[in-house]
Amino acid sequence: MSRKNKSRRLTSVSAGAELVLHVILGLFALCCVIPFVFVVIISFSSEESIRTIGYSFIPQEWSLETYRYAFEKLPQIWRSFFNSIFITVVGTLLSTAMCVMYSYALYRPDFKFRNFFTFFSFFTMIFSGGLVPTYIISKQLLGLSENYAALIVPLLVSPFNIIVMRTFFKSSVPMELIEAATVDGSGEYSTLLRIVVPISKPGIATIALLNALAYWNDWFQALLYLRQNKALQPLQALLMELQKNVEYLNRMAGQLGTAAIMESTKAPTQTLRMALVVMLVVPIACAYPFFQRYIVAGLTIGSVKG
Amino acid sequence: MRSMKTSKPAALKTGRFSKAKKTLVLLTMVAPAAIWMLLLRYLPMGGLVLAFKNYKINPRNPTFISSLFNSAWVKFDNFKFLFMTEDAWAAIRNTLVYNLVFIVLGVIIPVAFAIMMNELTKKFVAKAYQTLMFFPYFLSWVVVSYFLNAFLDAQYGLLPSLQAAAGGPVTNWYTTLGPWPYILVFSNLWKNVGYSTILYLAAIAGIDATQYEAAAIDGATKWQQIRHVTIPNLRGMIAILFILNIGKIFNADFGLFYNVPMQNGALFPVTQVVDTYIYYAMLNTGNIGMTSAAGLLQNVIGLFCILGANRVIKRIDSESALF
Repeated sequence: MSRKNKSRRLTSVSAGAELVLHVILGLFALCCVIPFVFVVIISFSSEESIRTIGYSFIPQEWSLETYRYAFEKLPQIWRSFFNSIFITVVGTLLSTAMCVMYSYALYRPDFKFRNFFTFFSFFTMIFSGGLVPTYIISKQLLGLSENYAALIVPLLVSPFNIIVMRTFFKSSVPMELIEAATVDGSGEYSTLLRIVVPISKPGIATIALLNALAYWNDWFQALLYLRQNKALQPLQALLMELQKNVEYLNRMAGQLGTAAIMESTKAPTQTLRMALVVMLVVPIACAYPFFQRYIVAGLTIGSVKG
Repeated sequence: MRSMKTSKPAALKTGRFSKAKKTLVLLTMVAPAAIWMLLLRYLPMGGLVLAFKNYKINPRNPTFISSLFNSAWVKFDNFKFLFMTEDAWAAIRNTLVYNLVFIVLGVIIPVAFAIMMNELTKKFVAKAYQTLMFFPYFLSWVVVSYFLNAFLDAQYGLLPSLQAAAGGPVTNWYTTLGPWPYILVFSNLWKNVGYSTILYLAAIAGIDATQYEAAAIDGATKWQQIRHVTIPNLRGMIAILFILNIGKIFNADFGLFYNVPMQNGALFPVTQVVDTYIYYAMLNTGNIGMTSAAGLLQNVIGLFCILGANRVIKRIDSESALF
């Protein structure tokens, strides 16, 4: 350690140069979070303030009206929030279990079809049927259409996650441990559950987080497979619908018969969109300090050797 | 295991039996994901026959299978159609140019940031920068599109307000083509630079400190150390990411090009890429054959690019090749 410190001093840049580095890196780092802060401010601005001075870091008047309106008058927001959570929870559990099982078998050097299944998943990384055949087959043959399965199934397996997980097993689970368990008469599944899973918790946490983020952030499956049954839309898809069609939510509320059309004309549509953005980002931002460590560890392990 | 084999014939028998059983049990572990890949990845590869058919829904039996078999073979007609439209060419050009810019800047900037970050003496500040920079990576393009909208919105956006306040002409950002190539490049870097920076930073942290020490003792300046120690050490990683990106050169990030311009038709000349083109064509014309052909072309070119890039890298530096 002392040797490392010494070498650092020996080779470090001048104070002036370091200041320049701080300015460049600091500005970019700030630039990465300022838009989020801005959107939070907009969502708490009053509609009045936005009509007069536009989106501003210092609104004329603060207001909780948008959130109150969203939760009281627009049941679809609740529904979509629930959809997002449901898809994320179920999807994460299934995809993580599938990934752990598949990668564990690939990690085992004594698995007869190891090379075949390694290539089987790797090949899907470099070649695919493309959007159209995948869409047609999923919809027409596999029945992934207008249901929750259509939002969960298409994201279940990621060959990238399989590589990360397998690399993790390789670096943290000694084969001797598995051999010892087998000699003691432990079955394959109980070895996996009782020995491998407990010592691979950090790796599994990484994969689970990546999966959870993929599900939470997904809007593409809804875009493809939910064309009529809009009640199942996750929050991301709802927000995307509002890109072109600001009135979409209010019309939807009208259809559902919960809000009168009169009401919807004075709806805070501008701030509403930003409030939805906040609802999507806040869970990530809150969990971020805790999961960042895992993701960094997992990704650097996975990327060391593909 | 081995001891069982060498003991008695009876044990040999159970050894062989347990070996088969083990294989079987491990097969049940790969089964869920393997079946998934079979159905959602390999079956659609078979579906690529659509690219050579004039797919029409069979009115008497409108299931997929019967429609597929009743659709006429058209050989390469779908591909010809593809290149007849000007939009397709514009989409191909956009995809290639954007991806090239992303690949080049996506190496230079994160490597530069990682090297800079590594020179900071206050490690907790460097950690803080990393944490902030990595954040956008976890957001969806839908969310990012609204972040941008807060600044560019024609009615209430911050930039038009500032332009108006300054008394200058107000730009309608969502209908003006000029700035969009820069906006898209910036958005992509904004979202992804933090991730790559962290990867390179991890690689730099793995470099043996004695290499720098030796260089410093020999009187190497900071620049020389970066050029002759840091960058050569990162070469393997740059190569791998380069191969993967070259393989995807005909695949654009759908979310970026679909969401960030907020699906704005006026901006299509500079925002339409192959992926969005295929999506809109499938949605608007419903021409399954032609859009499948476009996808097939995209994937075949991608496959050749990835194999080619891997080969080139292998020749230059066999350690860095992916496979």
